Amino acid sequence: MSDSTSSPFFAAAIYSGNTPGFLCCAGPWQLAEAQAIEAHIAACLQGPALPIDITIDTQAVSALDTSGGWLLHRLRRNLEAIGHRVHFTGLRPEFAALLDLIALRTAPAPVATTPPPGVLARIGRAVWESGQGALGLLSFLGESTLAMARALRHPRRMRWRAIVYNLQTAGVAALPITGLLSFLLGIVIAYQGAEQLRRVGANIYIADLVGLSMLRELSPLITAIIIAGRSGSAYAAQIGTLKVTEEIDALRTIGIGSFDLLVLPKVIALIIALPLLTVYTDVMGILGGMVMAHAQLDVGFTTFIDRLDAAVSLTSFMIGIGKAPVFAIIIALVGCYQGFQVNGSAESVGQQTTISVVQSIFLVILVDAMFSIAFSWLKL
Amino acid sequence: MSDPDAIIEIRDLNTRFGAQVVHRDVNLTIRRGEVFALIGGSGCGKSTLLREILMLQAPVSGSIRVFGQEVIGRNDEAALPLRQRWGMMFERAALFSALTVRENVLLVLREHTHLDTALANEIADLKIALTGLPPDAGSKYPNELSGGMRKRAALARALALDPELLFLDEPTAGLDPMSATGIDALVRQLRDALGLTIMMVTHDLDLLWNAADRVAVLGEERILGVGTMQELAEMNHPVIHDYFYGPRGRGAREQAWNQR
Repeated sequence: MSDSTSSPFFAAAIYSGNTPGFLCCAGPWQLAEAQAIEAHIAACLQGPALPIDITIDTQAVSALDTSGGWLLHRLRRNLEAIGHRVHFTGLRPEFAALLDLIALRTAPAPVATTPPPGVLARIGRAVWESGQGALGLLSFLGESTLAMARALRHPRRMRWRAIVYNLQTAGVAALPITGLLSFLLGIVIAYQGAEQLRRVGANIYIADLVGLSMLRELSPLITAIIIAGRSGSAYAAQIGTLKVTEEIDALRTIGIGSFDLLVLPKVIALIIALPLLTVYTDVMGILGGMVMAHAQLDVGFTTFIDRLDAAVSLTSFMIGIGKAPVFAIIIALVGCYQGFQVNGSAESVGQQTTISVVQSIFLVILVDAMFSIAFSWLKL
Repeated sequence: MSDPDAIIEIRDLNTRFGAQVVHRDVNLTIRRGEVFALIGGSGCGKSTLLREILMLQAPVSGSIRVFGQEVIGRNDEAALPLRQRWGMMFERAALFSALTVRENVLLVLREHTHLDTALANEIADLKIALTGLPPDAGSKYPNELSGGMRKRAALARALALDPELLFLDEPTAGLDPMSATGIDALVRQLRDALGLTIMMVTHDLDLLWNAADRVAVLGEERILGVGTMQELAEMNHPVIHDYFYGPRGRGAREQAWNQR
């Protein structure tokens, strides 16, 4: 086929015959030639005006596929639309069958497509959609609270196995990565502070710096961000996939509430796991700071810990830990909510998973900022 | 040994998954212009055989020649010239869910031809119309379509490059009887109008009686029988017999008989 199409002698063509109104077609009328054929047709029609009766000779057509058939059919249709009578001669039976099939299946008129919306309409739609998203998240929060209240009244019906499983995957399995990252963060903070403190000879205050910043702010925040990326995305992807495969509908028809089975265990497990992880990252972060203080400022481990005891109050520690359950609720709810927003295609699982991570990290940082303002009002 | 009319020639094909033998010395020839069906019980290796022809999976040993060229051992680059000459419709349609139906067809056209946008759009719409979809289906996303429409859209994509050879995996599975009858007619029309060779894997006895020229039964790791439906129906092998004379087989056979 490739030989015949590359040689000009065999190239597909249509040209006006000797008598007026006589069009000859030749060569392979196939997809590979479609663009060239279209140009030939246009050239034919631009020639001298055609009489009412037109004969199209297809004797020399060596092959006809659907694309070639379409061009032939379109030529006939366009000619008939402006009042010509079109006849085919030399049409092989299989070509005639193809033309009949094309004529049968194609709609007489193309459908009108709606024009794309203007800028204003698009802005309006985007605002409306983000408003709807916020409302949706809020109503999801309400539904979860109700489900939680129901579950607390009937603790026997709680899915304890699912909770334990989620504790394992979101909590225990996250220990290495959260530990490593907060240890590194402790090192970084101490390293940055060391330079400044040495200049004023206040080496010992490294314990204040690392202790306060890690316990109050950084360790709850870094843990929440890691868990949002690690578990929040997994929640969205899992629930989204269940939605695509209609397993959520299956659960509902069996009579198992998807909230009870899929959302509550995740929320409860994360409310337990995130504060515990935060305590752990507190320890790891301070450990990192201690190592750096020892290496850069010659502050021994015992000296560091003595100073830490004086510098960091229990309130600071509790403030850090106290934020963790709030972050946990945000991460679990946003992850699950975005999972439920998947609309049935594999593509949207990926989209909603991305949105869940971006949204939960955004909300975690926003809420953290609000906590800071509230605590400064309360002078804590 | 080589049949000049053969489009697909499978010789001494062996497939194993670990210790489990799927095919043992399978031989099969599919000729130009026929509608060939592969049948057999679930898990007998029909789909595996299809995947091996499509170079999605490699057998342990043997030879598969398509258009007279060996397909086994080709990398994706070497496979491309062959892949442009055939189309495949997957059982669950496998449409790209991020694209509309028209864009699904256009993706194939744009990748392998140099048509300008207007003509490419027209040809894509033609393929969609040929499969019996309504004109507005082209601008819909796969998840907005019913199962039957999704199948037809998958067929439109398989036909995008006007292939010589069309593979259909369970073309009527999950369709209502009316849509399935439409597919029967469509398969025959396409073969008659385009001179296609069609190889399908199916369980649908009505489709087999109405559209298949020749049928091969795969079972017990090999080909149990090849022939027209009529010839197979007269064979004595227990597996084939159960297939045809089970309650469903009987109904379809009698109906096909009455229509003649």
